[in-house]
Amino acid sequence: MIETVVRTDQLTKRFGEFTAVDAVSFAIKSGEIVGYLGPNGSGKTTTIRMLLGLLLPTSGEAEVLGYNIRTDPEPIRRKSGYMSQRFALYDDLTVWENLQFYAGVYAVTDEAHLKATLDRVGMRKQAREMAKDLPVGWRQRLALAAAIVHQPQLLFLDEPTSGVDPLARRVFWDLIYELVDEGITALVTTHFMDEAEYCQRVGIMRRGQLLAMDTPERLKRDVLDGQAWDVSAKPALRAISVLEQVPGVHRVGLSGDHLRVIAAKVVRKSVLVQVLRSAGLDGIAVSPTSPGLEDVFLSLSLD
Amino acid sequence: MTEKLLQVNSVSRSFGDLQAVKDLTMQVRGGEIFGLMGPDGAGKTTLMRIICGALLPDTGEVLVNGISMNKSPDQARSEIGYLSQRFSMYEDLTVLENLRFFAEVRGLAADVWRPRTLEILDFVGLGEFTGRLAGRLSGGMKQKLGLAASLVHRPRLLLLDEPTGGVDPVTRQDFWQLLIRLVREEHVGVLVSTPYMDEAVRCTYVGMMAAGSLVLEGPPSELRNALEGQILQLRGAPLLAWRRAAANLPDVLDIQVSGTYLHLRVAPGRARAVTRALKQLARERGLSLETLAPTDPLLEDVFNAAIVDHVSTEGLYQINGVQHD
Repeated sequence: MIETVVRTDQLTKRFGEFTAVDAVSFAIKSGEIVGYLGPNGSGKTTTIRMLLGLLLPTSGEAEVLGYNIRTDPEPIRRKSGYMSQRFALYDDLTVWENLQFYAGVYAVTDEAHLKATLDRVGMRKQAREMAKDLPVGWRQRLALAAAIVHQPQLLFLDEPTSGVDPLARRVFWDLIYELVDEGITALVTTHFMDEAEYCQRVGIMRRGQLLAMDTPERLKRDVLDGQAWDVSAKPALRAISVLEQVPGVHRVGLSGDHLRVIAAKVVRKSVLVQVLRSAGLDGIAVSPTSPGLEDVFLSLSLD
Repeated sequence: MTEKLLQVNSVSRSFGDLQAVKDLTMQVRGGEIFGLMGPDGAGKTTLMRIICGALLPDTGEVLVNGISMNKSPDQARSEIGYLSQRFSMYEDLTVLENLRFFAEVRGLAADVWRPRTLEILDFVGLGEFTGRLAGRLSGGMKQKLGLAASLVHRPRLLLLDEPTGGVDPVTRQDFWQLLIRLVREEHVGVLVSTPYMDEAVRCTYVGMMAAGSLVLEGPPSELRNALEGQILQLRGAPLLAWRRAAANLPDVLDIQVSGTYLHLRVAPGRARAVTRALKQLARERGLSLETLAPTDPLLEDVFNAAIVDHVSTEGLYQINGVQHD
């Protein structure tokens, strides 16, 4: 279980003057679910394409499943599954025909195995339906079936839950955890901060750079180095400007019907309450809250 | 302060056998950011189309700032600003030329649109970029241009369709701060349609839609508080063995595996009973239990609790031994 499945060393990709991936180094162990979190255009997909040997790095090295991505990409692709953002399915083929097509690419022809794969994603009943008639959540699961039909050891999931609702997302993540339980390793890119929380470790990408990679808990504890507070006070805009002036307050933002404050640990609740009160604000309530990965991301970006 | 900028009164709309929106009533007030949430196929898109007058309801009525969309569609539409993630602009026109185009489409005279446009561009932080080609703006700036274009005719109601999906959190933060200032300063009402929790948590009020109806609505903190005591966090090993074990307890309604812990939603008033049952399972099955304690409900828990009760899931949410119905 401690075997290293992916290792990158200063992996870099430039397109002309644009550096899409900038000296990225990390390692993934067998059986891990690692999230790669960043907004669109931050270099996530480019990294995956290099790891699959589809794109040559400008500099740096990477090994995937023990193979060098420059010199030995073929076995990497054979032993990895890749589910792209756009669920590349054939709309005018049935579920079964789509799966057969992808199995054929990997020379998998055993019908019993194909049926088992459909069962795996809970889609046996839909085998005869046309792909174009499927709701997004089902298409996503068919795309996953296509990515695992050749029993890969490593799964790359590129923004797998874009456009699906939270319930379908839940089902999908249950499936990923089942696969990992069976021994697969997964690298999942996402731009959803809340989705990254499902991963065991999370790498945070911005503008091609890997800013940090660790468990969600340690990222919150180490990167944030402060306390998150839910604050209510009226009027809210006044409260923001009042709080922003308090030494040790790193960030104040509106979050739904309350304010969210990130402050150094030395800033106590009593200080926040007192400042709001002496500014004459109403409806004051301050309570500690757990920070999210978005807070971590914003902290890293502001440095 | 509490003028109703949008009133949707008992609106229904069917497509053949499919009733996409069922007798739905809702309001958006000035100063409010209303998040319309729901799974795919819940009817959000149909409702948004009815609200902006692109689709007629079979029955019921939409009023925008008091003006009936049925009776005076042009006047009602002039009260609406619309922005979607797929906002299109002319890349080979400058920022100012783009806004002029949108203003003229809205029928604004030059002596009206010009000062308003400059004011809006200053507001969204594009005041220095009026001469730049839209095609040469960054993603965040394009989004601000989109917002500016939707505001140029001074709408009272802003309709946003997944406005910040896939956007850099820093950009998103900027965008929402702008939106909030706009809501406070110009006292507009905002309706945001989104399947994403990231966006929903920023709204001042959320409504959950399922199978054509609004099944739950309220301020996010109130909705979360309603689930207080029903959410448990479990740390232990092996985590998936824990998931299977917890799924067999009838009082466990929902389970999310999350990195290093399980997030459980249990039936009201059953947290203690579930805790005891889980501790017993730990002993019986030799599972290791590190911590098991109540934790704060998330808006996602609210969403799941509301939606699961109202949709016919037909197996979509019952696989791997976890029944979500």
